[in-house]
Amino acid sequence: METYRIVFVGVGGQGNLLSSRVLGEAAMMAGLPVNVSEVHGMAQRGGVVESAVVLGGALSPIVSDGEADVLIGFEPSETLRAMGKCSPETTVITNIIPLIPFTVAVGKGTYPDIKKSLELIRSKVKRLIALNADALAEQAGSGQAVNIVMLGALAQSGAVPITSEYYKEALKKILNPKLWEINLKAFDLGYKAAEQV
Amino acid sequence: MHELLKENPGEKMLLLGNEAIARGAIEAGLALATAYPGTPSSEVALAFYQIHQETDLYFEYSVNEKVALEVAAGAAVSGLRSMVTMKHVGVNVAADALMTLAYTGVNGGMVILTADDPSLFSSQNEQDNRYYAKLSGLPMLEPSTPQEAKEMTAAAFDISEALSLPVLLRTTTRINHSRGIVTLGAIRPRKTHGSFTKDPSSYVTVPAVSRNLHIKLLKKHDQAKAMADRSPFNVLIGQGKKGIVTNGVSFGYVQDALKDLRAEAQFTVLKLGFGHPLPEGLVRRFLEQVDQVLVVEELEPYYEEQIRSLAQSMGRFVPIKGKGVGKFDRLFEYDPARVRKTIADFFGLPYSGRQPVDLSDLPPVPARPPNLCPGCPHRATFYAVRKVAGDEAIYPTDIGCYTLGMLPPLSMADFLICMGSSIGTAAGFSKATGRPIIAFIGDSTFFHAGIPGLVNAVHNNHKLILIILDNETTAMTGHQPHPGVDMSLLGRPNTRISIEEVVRGAGVKQVKVVTPRKVKETMAAVKEALAHDGVSVIISREICPLYARRVAPGPKKRPFYVNENRCKNHRACVNLFACPAFYLDGEQVRINENLCIGCAVCAQVCPENAILPKK
Repeated sequence: METYRIVFVGVGGQGNLLSSRVLGEAAMMAGLPVNVSEVHGMAQRGGVVESAVVLGGALSPIVSDGEADVLIGFEPSETLRAMGKCSPETTVITNIIPLIPFTVAVGKGTYPDIKKSLELIRSKVKRLIALNADALAEQAGSGQAVNIVMLGALAQSGAVPITSEYYKEALKKILNPKLWEINLKAFDLGYKAAEQV
Repeated sequence: MHELLKENPGEKMLLLGNEAIARGAIEAGLALATAYPGTPSSEVALAFYQIHQETDLYFEYSVNEKVALEVAAGAAVSGLRSMVTMKHVGVNVAADALMTLAYTGVNGGMVILTADDPSLFSSQNEQDNRYYAKLSGLPMLEPSTPQEAKEMTAAAFDISEALSLPVLLRTTTRINHSRGIVTLGAIRPRKTHGSFTKDPSSYVTVPAVSRNLHIKLLKKHDQAKAMADRSPFNVLIGQGKKGIVTNGVSFGYVQDALKDLRAEAQFTVLKLGFGHPLPEGLVRRFLEQVDQVLVVEELEPYYEEQIRSLAQSMGRFVPIKGKGVGKFDRLFEYDPARVRKTIADFFGLPYSGRQPVDLSDLPPVPARPPNLCPGCPHRATFYAVRKVAGDEAIYPTDIGCYTLGMLPPLSMADFLICMGSSIGTAAGFSKATGRPIIAFIGDSTFFHAGIPGLVNAVHNNHKLILIILDNETTAMTGHQPHPGVDMSLLGRPNTRISIEEVVRGAGVKQVKVVTPRKVKETMAAVKEALAHDGVSVIISREICPLYARRVAPGPKKRPFYVNENRCKNHRACVNLFACPAFYLDGEQVRINENLCIGCAVCAQVCPENAILPKK
């Protein structure tokens, strides 16, 4: 079976670990062997959070530089920071709404130009799906659902062999029923937005 | 019901390595568990904590790893199946107990989890705790996947009982914090009542007793060696002439690499899972079968050196390499590409990996270091202390969220080596330099390892200030309780031990309790302490806002804003206090009201009183 390597990057609090877990559960439901690796602990205090999902029977739970089939960034500068994971074969799915690091917020650093960065990324990889996941999450009913919007876009990209039903089933398995409606909507909005990119 | 209590053998679950370890212990009939939290071990203890609330499993967060190990040891000597979990450096704290517990041995199965942290994701060092197995003589298991983590944990109890010795379960972050598909097994009933038969000549380790016990330990060690040789956790895979020895997470990297290189048929892989004592019979067979060996293990050349030594003693002279080959060194964790490339180069196999994209024309990305949260009381304490004592004072610090105080502009951390080191080292800095010394320690860390340092400082009449940053929980590892916590907030009988009474009981005369959100009060206490000759203690007490939100949510406080008419752009708020809720809008400082929790400290920092609560 072919191996699929997916890397998730974002900022502490964006729900990175939930989305890699949903993908992991969806893969299991779809009958795919899966390993997930997560970063816990001090790394989460507002810092960068990375997780990885490896599908298809490889035993390694992590992804080396250049070896991601898909890079999913919840924040554009974090997508940029993780570009070392990509090769010309990679599909990149990124949110375009920045979360400004504190150093930049108080004038002690420069945030990269998002438009230019996205063009550069587009020129280097197989496919770039850039979307305003914050707006879609708000539209679904909660700004917190950015992570699930991104999973919808992943499902649409076809970059991993898992259909939407499995993601939705996995979401229902993990989340409190009170949160189903918002998150299922966020997933669908992400899926539709990726279709239009 | 807790999901790890499912009575459904054969069911598959996607479990974190740490959840798999907890499940393995539950399947083995674990009766008593203890822990001091520490990344990457903490989720094992969390599972036990949750499970003990709905079953007769006994669990406690102990005051430190040494006590945790001792509590579990007493139960195991009395015949119960017990487990103690900790991070790698926790074993240093427990080592005194560990080394001689190996002499007395145990009766019920006892498993000690040591969770190592190659690459130092959340640790002060990356020591390789496999050497503790060698040092103590205890058997050691090393899982390669979450499934194996569950199986080995369960098996470790049986091995422990067969040898009457505690067993070390050694993991690394990539095992603890990886999720994989785990097949559940049956849950063995728990035996929760033990018995103790007095036998001082086996259990009271005076020299005459211990001489005999050491002989016994070495005999058990030989038995363990025979068990390791027969263990299903040690296997030879393949029949090829090219040899690889590997363990833990590296086993997965090796298997993937051989598959990717289409070279499986050329190799024999020796996978070591029951790694101490070394299964010598199996290693001999391996060495006879191969004509060159590459050892793929993270951190120290632990197996490499033992296997080279064994090859020498059996007169088998094949090249055995590991550290120093290609990109294999003693630093940090390995990764799949590094292992694949090094194997290809070493054995002369054709290799073409994917080329990473060219990064040279990408714009630089600003750093995003972890930071103290908006409204964190530690930031308020640090601000007040720096205001009074500036750069002249030396600030030994300790282990917790407050270690993040090292970042500018707070810059309130000058020295740190381990849990509790703030106070001990403060005494040394004071004697050596004569400068003002202000040590910081958290509440949980104070109970863990701070009290002896404080008693020592009083007894030896050192001149120093200790500031206990009491946020009423063990915040960094996930808000676990400790002896100073109000347990009634967690729905338990309140056993809270007063920090100020402990401090006064230790003979400290100058003790002040302050609320860090009151900046002037905190500054006054620091001034007073600086004037005091001898040891003085300030307890800076305010509940961690993240913890409070969970256990004692009050009405949401009004967020603050910057009044533009009053603001004269001194920027003390941003440049000295630096709460993450501030941002610049052009040249105007503003407050992100979604992040602001209304602590009002910045309002006291502003020289123009321009920061006000929103109406």
